[in-house]
Amino acid sequence: MATLERRAAVAELLKERGELLVVAGLGSPAYDLHAAGDSDANFYLWGAMGSAALIGLGLAQAQPARKVLALTGDGEQLMGLGGLATIAVAKPKNLVVAVIDNGHFGETGMQASHTGRGLDLAAVAAAMGFAETRTVSDLAGVASLRAALHAAAAGPRLYVVKVAARNPPRSLPPRDAVHLKNRFRARLGLPVS
Amino acid sequence: MAYVPDAGHARLIELFHADASVTTNVLTTEEEGIAIAAGAWLGGQRSVLLMQSSGVGNCINTLSLATVGRFPLLMLVTMRGEWAEFNPWQVPMGAGTAAALAAVGVRTMRAEAADDIAQIVASAAALAYEADQQVAVLIAQRLVGAKKW
Repeated sequence: MATLERRAAVAELLKERGELLVVAGLGSPAYDLHAAGDSDANFYLWGAMGSAALIGLGLAQAQPARKVLALTGDGEQLMGLGGLATIAVAKPKNLVVAVIDNGHFGETGMQASHTGRGLDLAAVAAAMGFAETRTVSDLAGVASLRAALHAAAAGPRLYVVKVAARNPPRSLPPRDAVHLKNRFRARLGLPVS
Repeated sequence: MAYVPDAGHARLIELFHADASVTTNVLTTEEEGIAIAAGAWLGGQRSVLLMQSSGVGNCINTLSLATVGRFPLLMLVTMRGEWAEFNPWQVPMGAGTAAALAAVGVRTMRAEAADDIAQIVASAAALAYEADQQVAVLIAQRLVGAKKW
C-alpha cells in the first residue's frame, strides 16, 4: 500500500516552480495544486472530467517555450485514456502529465479504480509512445521528477506518483472559470476580453 | 486545428496538414478537441475543431469547459442522417445534433449552400473569437453530398 501523502508529494513537485504553467484536473488534484500555492499560472478544472492533460496539450503547443504540467488523478486520466494517444502522436516536448494515483475515486466515496485493481498507467503511456514514463512512491522519487520536469525532453512524459488513499481537508480553488482564464492569460501578457 | 475525420472534411484536413503555420491534432474522440481548444486559447492561439454530427454526442459534458469558461470555440460539423442517408444508425444523432448543442449552450449556424459557407464560417469565427461565443457550424449533408457506396 502506498503511504506517500498527496499534499506533500504535490508540494514537493511544485517547489521552486518558476514559470511553470499548471493545469489541474477536477477533485483532489485541483485541491492539491491550490494547497501547494495559488498562482495566476494555475488553471483548475471543476468539471469536464478527462480534459486536464489535453488542455495541457493545447497550452503546450501554444506556448512552446514554456514548460506545462498537467496534474491529474488516476480516475480522470482513466477517463481520458484516448487523450494520452492524442498527446503521444502530437509529441509535445514541453508537456508533463503527472498522475497523482491513489488507486481510488476519492471524491465519490473511495471506490477502487482500475489502477487500484492493477492497471499500470505508466506502462500504458509507454506503449502509446510517450518519450519517458516513471512511477515513484516516495518523496525522493518526487524530487527526482521535479528535476526532470524542468529539464529538456525528447517528447511528452507521464509520471505516476503513487499516494495513500486518504482525503486531506479540501483546499478549494476559485470555481469561476472565466476568472481563472482571464488571470492566466493576463499572466502570459495576452489580451483579456 | 483538431479533428476526428469525416469524408466531408477530407479536403479541408489535407489543406490544414499542408499549412506549416497550423498545428494539427488527430483525436481519438471529439471531446478531446474541446479541451485542446481551451488550452490553446489559454496560451494565446486560436483553434478550430472538425467532426461529423455523430461526434457531437461525445462532446456534451466537455462543452461545459467552453461555456462556463466563456472560451472561444469554433466547431465545423458535417451532418449525417438527414439527406439521402442510407445508414439508420446515423439518424438519431443527426436529428438531435442542433438540439443537443443548444441544450448545453452552444450556438448553431447552418450552411445549406456552397455560396454561403465561407461567409457563415467567417461569421461564426468572429462570434467565437471576438465575442467569446461557442459556435458550431452545421454543414448540411445535402451540401457535402450523401455518402456513396
